[in-house]
Amino acid sequence: MTPVAAKHTRDTKKRLPWNRAFLLKLELRSHPGLLCVIRGALAPLMEMLGFSEEQVREIIRGVDEAVANIMRHSYHGCLDQPIELYCNRLHRQSNGQTEQAIEILLFDCGPAVDTTKLAARPLDEVRPGGLGLHIIRGSMDTVEYKRAGRLNRLRLVKYVHPSKSGCGSKEEKPS
Amino acid sequence: MKISTRQIKTATILDVSGNIDMSNSMEVRKALLNEIRIQKATRVVVNLSAVNYIDSSGVASLVEGLKASRDLGSRLVLFGLNDSPRELFKISHLLKLFEIYDDETQAMASLAPSV
Repeated sequence: MTPVAAKHTRDTKKRLPWNRAFLLKLELRSHPGLLCVIRGALAPLMEMLGFSEEQVREIIRGVDEAVANIMRHSYHGCLDQPIELYCNRLHRQSNGQTEQAIEILLFDCGPAVDTTKLAARPLDEVRPGGLGLHIIRGSMDTVEYKRAGRLNRLRLVKYVHPSKSGCGSKEEKPS
Repeated sequence: MKISTRQIKTATILDVSGNIDMSNSMEVRKALLNEIRIQKATRVVVNLSAVNYIDSSGVASLVEGLKASRDLGSRLVLFGLNDSPRELFKISHLLKLFEIYDDETQAMASLAPSV
């Protein structure tokens, strides 16, 4: 999966108005016991990038739920399937100011996701389960899913200092 | 993650420590449902003060415990939510669904008339 994911990342870079700096790559198996490893790796990185404590918690929550969703839904609980996680720092000049963000790309080899079924359940229903997607969307500024060849790609973006109008609206449309 | 149980009068307190995620949330579910359905505890108090992270599967376990307690006419009370769990409850619109108290004293006081 590595070469394909890397090529996809390079291709995406050409289309983005952002400057991207690669920071971290994690390759792991789809074992839930590794979720704590991801959280443990991301927290200090996000702190180093200047995110507030609350934003760090949001990023950790969003990524953790996204990876758990891959393990649960894409790999149906199989413990040995590959997952790749890339962290890139994004920055660009806009109206004389530098916008900073973290981009997290998640790749898995599971079957294509039926995007018509990607609906978070109504929150007024009192029942267990179905909260993951809602939590991911509520934690990150941008959430984009794309089928990239034989891979599923989930792109998560979080801005260091979102403007009141919402930096996410300035970003490029999903490719 | 560790779960231990203690009894104060008629209340059963579950002390949970560590992080609750997909890898261990079933243990929380099992412990909760055991107290509610098997042990027939009428007042279950979950101490989350030593839990720094909980994910949607952990919350789902607590919701399942809440539903079971409601079905059996018992009470399920939480206390000691740290920042991350509290934020998760908030964005999941669960703060009003559960009885949540700051600490054990408050939680036990809420049960006082019946404990």
